[in-house]
Amino acid sequence: MLNTMAGKTQIKIKKKSEFMRTLKQMSYNKLAVFGAIVFAIELILVILAPLIAPYGYAEMDMAAAYQPPSWAHLCGTDDLGRDIFSRLLYGGRYSITMGIFSIGISVMLGIIIGSTAGYFGGKVDNIIMRFLDIIQSLPGMLLTIVISAVLGSGYINTILSLSVNGIPGQARMLRAQMMRVRGSEYIEAAESINCSKFRIIAKHLIPNSFSPLIVQATMGVANMIIMAAGLSFIGLGVQPPASEWGAMLSGSRQFIRSSPHMVFFPGLAIAITILALNLMGDGLRDALDPKLKR
Amino acid sequence: MRPVIEVKNLKKYFPVANGVLHAVDDVSLSIGRGKTLGVVGESGCGKSTLGRTIIHLQEHTSGEIFLHGDDISNLKGKELRKVREKMQIIFQDPYSSIDPRKTVDATIREPLQVSKRYKRNEIDDVTTELMELVGIDNRLRMSYPHELDGGRRQRVGIARALALNPDFVVCDEPVSALDVSIQAQVLNLLKKLQQQRGLTYMFVTHNLSVVKHISDDICVMYLGQVVELCPSKELFKNPLHPYTKALLSAIPSIDIHNPNKPEILKGELTSPINPKPGCRFASRCNFATEACKQPQKLQEISSGHFAACCRVREIQ
Repeated sequence: MLNTMAGKTQIKIKKKSEFMRTLKQMSYNKLAVFGAIVFAIELILVILAPLIAPYGYAEMDMAAAYQPPSWAHLCGTDDLGRDIFSRLLYGGRYSITMGIFSIGISVMLGIIIGSTAGYFGGKVDNIIMRFLDIIQSLPGMLLTIVISAVLGSGYINTILSLSVNGIPGQARMLRAQMMRVRGSEYIEAAESINCSKFRIIAKHLIPNSFSPLIVQATMGVANMIIMAAGLSFIGLGVQPPASEWGAMLSGSRQFIRSSPHMVFFPGLAIAITILALNLMGDGLRDALDPKLKR
Repeated sequence: MRPVIEVKNLKKYFPVANGVLHAVDDVSLSIGRGKTLGVVGESGCGKSTLGRTIIHLQEHTSGEIFLHGDDISNLKGKELRKVREKMQIIFQDPYSSIDPRKTVDATIREPLQVSKRYKRNEIDDVTTELMELVGIDNRLRMSYPHELDGGRRQRVGIARALALNPDFVVCDEPVSALDVSIQAQVLNLLKKLQQQRGLTYMFVTHNLSVVKHISDDICVMYLGQVVELCPSKELFKNPLHPYTKALLSAIPSIDIHNPNKPEILKGELTSPINPKPGCRFASRCNFATEACKQPQKLQEISSGHFAACCRVREIQ
């Protein structure tokens, strides 16, 4: 009787805290915690941009153009005399969210497409993969430009056009992993106990094959931010004078010799974001792997 | 009494690059309630495929399968799901047959959740019962497979197979991946469960001492075909088919003064791809003659003792 009771309480604990347990596992990983803290600080700064930023993001002062970092302008000013620090804070709102959302969408669609191809194999796989081949045979940037041009500029449209570009990579990665896992005996066992196809995919195949996806996704955020910059550079994407990290980076590349700070700070902002996300991603991957549990 | 499982002329062919692989070729057998049929043969003789085909993990090419007298050969969808609950499988390798990302609890619980036979609050209790039944400590409930040893893992596999109260269980070499000391534990557990629940086993193995310990009847397979079928004791006392004789002579003896002289078979296993008609063992058989090139039929030599060899009476 006592045994039974003990079992029950244990199960209740588990059900309550599937998410909390993962967080707890992550908290053992110091690097992941560091990444999370950096990212959290970044988010706070970006959210509170109007309170923190010393200048407006479009406030021009031609007399103060090209100034190197000083106490008046923490990160200097750009060619139009706008305060780079303020523009970074406002720009983060676009860059961080665009990067994460577009990767998020492409990972979700990638999982759906990749797992369908990976599980069913054969003809289904062939059709899906050839379709992805078509998408991948177009230069990524060109595809994004075309979609973005069709959808029109703007925040959400930019995210959508960026995410299409990421789908094939994610889908391929998951498919390859699924192919590996599909032959395992535990998948056969799941079939023999009458698990539905959906259940096998969602509860057995995906949990066992998605860890490389996490790493790839966190790396992908950087790529997406740069791609977004490319879009705003040709007049799609986020429209000036609104600031955005990638656009700041690409817009100031002609001044890299005379005023390197104009390139340095947006680049640094992107690098810090990626690093933080990567550390978090690694931590998440490890936390989800029972073999690495403590 | 009606047999629990009856198989008639079951065939399973795999198309391969250079022909058709006859994995299971024209196998007929039946197993009565509470009995164990041991299926032995060397690797690649189709014994695992036979088990998997019977419980519909693989589709059969032709033939008929009966469960409690009902033809289940061509069931699909809902009906197949119903029948599958009655037929389960215990896998060979407990290291690969359990999802590494699921706890012991989640693995045993899954068939219960899928079947919808139990309510949510009942599932906990049934899971606990099952763990007790197969002898896993409750403290291991939230452990992951990699934290358990092979024997415990195999117990998890057994609990999962028995969760839905099947009538027929295919044991696909359930102990061959385990240490010898643990093999005995698991075998005894399987025997105990058979007595408690009236289970019918098909015990696939290449280990003759294991099969002797657990089977009522034994079926010897060679390249997809049954070459001999008889009660377990009879087989070890009086093997008829030349292949069975060679197989039994290969069991090492522990008597150093009277060691076995294994009959070493010459030649390779003939290919199961597009085999010629006639006895498939003929190319390695010391007694082979022209007559062996004719297709061989399983014939009753003495009461309950079947062998597929045309010369069986002559070579006694």
